[in-house]
Amino acid sequence: MIRVQTENFNVGIELEELTSDDQNIGAVSCFVGLVRDIAGDKIVNSMTLEHYPAMTEKALLKIEIEAIKRWSLSKTLIIHRYGRLNPGDQIVLVATASAHRNDAIEATEFLIDWLKTKAPFWKREETPDGSFWVESRSSDLAAANRWIKGSM
Amino acid sequence: MKLLYFAWLREKAGIAYEDVSPPESIATVADLIKWQISRGGVYSEVFSDISIIRIAVNQEYVDFEHPISIGDEIAFFPPMTGG
Repeated sequence: MIRVQTENFNVGIELEELTSDDQNIGAVSCFVGLVRDIAGDKIVNSMTLEHYPAMTEKALLKIEIEAIKRWSLSKTLIIHRYGRLNPGDQIVLVATASAHRNDAIEATEFLIDWLKTKAPFWKREETPDGSFWVESRSSDLAAANRWIKGSM
Repeated sequence: MKLLYFAWLREKAGIAYEDVSPPESIATVADLIKWQISRGGVYSEVFSDISIIRIAVNQEYVDFEHPISIGDEIAFFPPMTGG
């Protein structure tokens, strides 16, 4: 399931709902991304996430389908927020459920790695020196490229 | 066709979207970028470094040689920084 929203989410409730109707699930793995109050040597007062509404869910769905093809997953959930966020706020939740732990753990790592470089979101950080668009990191690209096999 | 700009490309362009009607000879994304630059104004600045520009045609990622046609929605944006 994909959700793109401005509102916050409750990880506990989301994970409980993820597994509530399937007792063959033996493992749940999740990743939560948070806004940090520092970026490099800059203080971050707040962050604004822009996205491409017509494309975002489509792009996330493609990534989710890729995970379902590669691993044996009972459930997947991606929640990504946009708009203005403050340090400490939750940005993204990726959660997967599977019968055994390896599928859930690996798929979660894959989903967040691919999401960072393939979902149309852009971060702008507001700092005491002005606001700046966050540049993509080569380490994020390298993390995403680890998972390349065949085509998406 | 509708062109969309995101993040700092939107700021450089000064607009989030525009409708354009390029001549028929404009067949690919690369042609479109060159045509936009030839129109003058802010576009040489918007497209000053195409190595850091990503493109989607009708909400699908494509490369610069992707064909374009009337009615397409073509989006220009920097590398994604979500997550």
